[in-house]
Amino acid sequence: MQKQQRLAETIIHGVFLLLGLVTVGCVLLITVYLVLSGIPAIRQIGLVDFLLGDTWESTAAEPSFGILPFILTSVYGTAGAILFGVPVGFLAAVYLAKLAPPRVKAVVESAVSLLAGIPSVVYGLVGMLVLVPGIRRLFHVPDGASLLSAIVVLAIMILPSIIKVSVTALEAVPSEYEDASLALGATSIETYFRVSAPAAKSGIAAAVVLGVGRAIGEAMAVMMVSGNVPNMPSLFQSVRFLTTAVASEMAYSSGLQRQALFSIALVLYLFILLINAALNFFLKRDKER
Amino acid sequence: MKKIQKWMGLALSAVIAVTALAGCSQQQKMSGTVTTDGSTSMENVIGALGEAFQNENSGVTFTYNPTGSGSGIQAVQEGRCDIGLSSRNLKDEETTAGLTATVLALDGIAVIVHPDNPVSDLDVETIAKLYTGEIANWKDVGGNDATVVLIGREAGSGTRDGFESITGTAEQCQYRQELTSTGDVVTAVSQNPDAIGYASLASVADSVKALSVGGVAPSEETVKDGSYPIQRPFVLVTKTDAPLSEVAQAFFDFATSADAAPLIAKAGAVAAN
Repeated sequence: MQKQQRLAETIIHGVFLLLGLVTVGCVLLITVYLVLSGIPAIRQIGLVDFLLGDTWESTAAEPSFGILPFILTSVYGTAGAILFGVPVGFLAAVYLAKLAPPRVKAVVESAVSLLAGIPSVVYGLVGMLVLVPGIRRLFHVPDGASLLSAIVVLAIMILPSIIKVSVTALEAVPSEYEDASLALGATSIETYFRVSAPAAKSGIAAAVVLGVGRAIGEAMAVMMVSGNVPNMPSLFQSVRFLTTAVASEMAYSSGLQRQALFSIALVLYLFILLINAALNFFLKRDKER
Repeated sequence: MKKIQKWMGLALSAVIAVTALAGCSQQQKMSGTVTTDGSTSMENVIGALGEAFQNENSGVTFTYNPTGSGSGIQAVQEGRCDIGLSSRNLKDEETTAGLTATVLALDGIAVIVHPDNPVSDLDVETIAKLYTGEIANWKDVGGNDATVVLIGREAGSGTRDGFESITGTAEQCQYRQELTSTGDVVTAVSQNPDAIGYASLASVADSVKALSVGGVAPSEETVKDGSYPIQRPFVLVTKTDAPLSEVAQAFFDFATSADAAPLIAKAGAVAAN
């Protein structure tokens, strides 16, 4: 009987291992595929011309493949989204974790979860119909499809991940810290910002990094509101992100153009790897403390 | 564990059923699969034709893979589909590579503006000047004093290729927005009173105004008689040397027959035959 049980254990162990390896295998497969299909175009175009070239004319008679506008747009767009999204998300998290009455907290938290579940194409559509005309009227520019629209959409899209992870981090702060601070005569607001927030800072940093990852990888929503023209980034100018550069041209591409799109994907992938490394760093530091 | 076995059983029986069905259909008179691949602009037209063809021949499966004209032409060349769909004429290098083009229908490309825009007629030259940035303000063409916002499609799109080649503005268009679908272009133009865009005549909705070009309003008649200048062909691409399979040939004959004309018209294009 015991032997049989042990056998079943071993089999199930094997099954789990296999399923785990499937995930690892997928990551390896994608990495190898991206590197293999991304390198040839970079070699043909030249790494410097590819990364630092400022014109992208993939279908012209004499095509040029410079992705600096895309890289800068992705960096600026993500930074802008963080600039808007982090203060709002952080303050919302402090409110939810420390101040909100339980009922309000339950309602707001489910609203935040719902926000996380809205498909990005819906964000894009609402952005296109409401935000883009709104920005056009508000700032008196000829057209509202711009870097700014994309930043606003991205800022809203990263809110849920920032709020959720920050709330978890703030709630994990031992109540003794706060009690001690309150006992010393600090007000509750002072306590939350001077004691709780610093104690939860690596968790909050992880939340920010998670937001960066979400913002830099988003394609559909920004494609619909950013205008999608490969200009050098400027706030009211139509811009194209790394993700949308791949997505918008893939359907019709061929030859070197298609290979170059894979190279863009490789660059994007390296960005995501960096962000993941940063995330791991913060989480690990959290654990060691 | 039992549940898993049950699912396995279900899956297995499904596989068997499908194989059996596939086996059955091969014994019927007209059977098999017609695969088409290509232009996204042709979706409405080819979808209507495929559906009608399947209804008439119950054993036939019709598939359409919306990849874009370039991909469709490549697919038929590599033998990955029976019929390639292209919303532009074949280039010389593609014809010499052993491909034949058969014009299935004509598609007018409408130039659209916001309904509030007072401009309602432009000629091809003026449209070209607008798109190259030579005319940047609507007041120069009789409209309001406002910057022209140029909206178009992404590089490689059949509609963009058609529009730019007809207006002679290839690689010179100063787009403000490059959107990836006809629907997006219509939406963007409907949201901006100073915008101008282009879209398949079939997709023009009431939310935007289609300009007449050189005094000719875009419509089925003006496209067919050639008086509306901004139009392009919808082309069926086949291999010149290799014959089509029996069922693919039947579909080809059906699509180019007079019977198909009302279907094509209903899908918003103008039948060539």
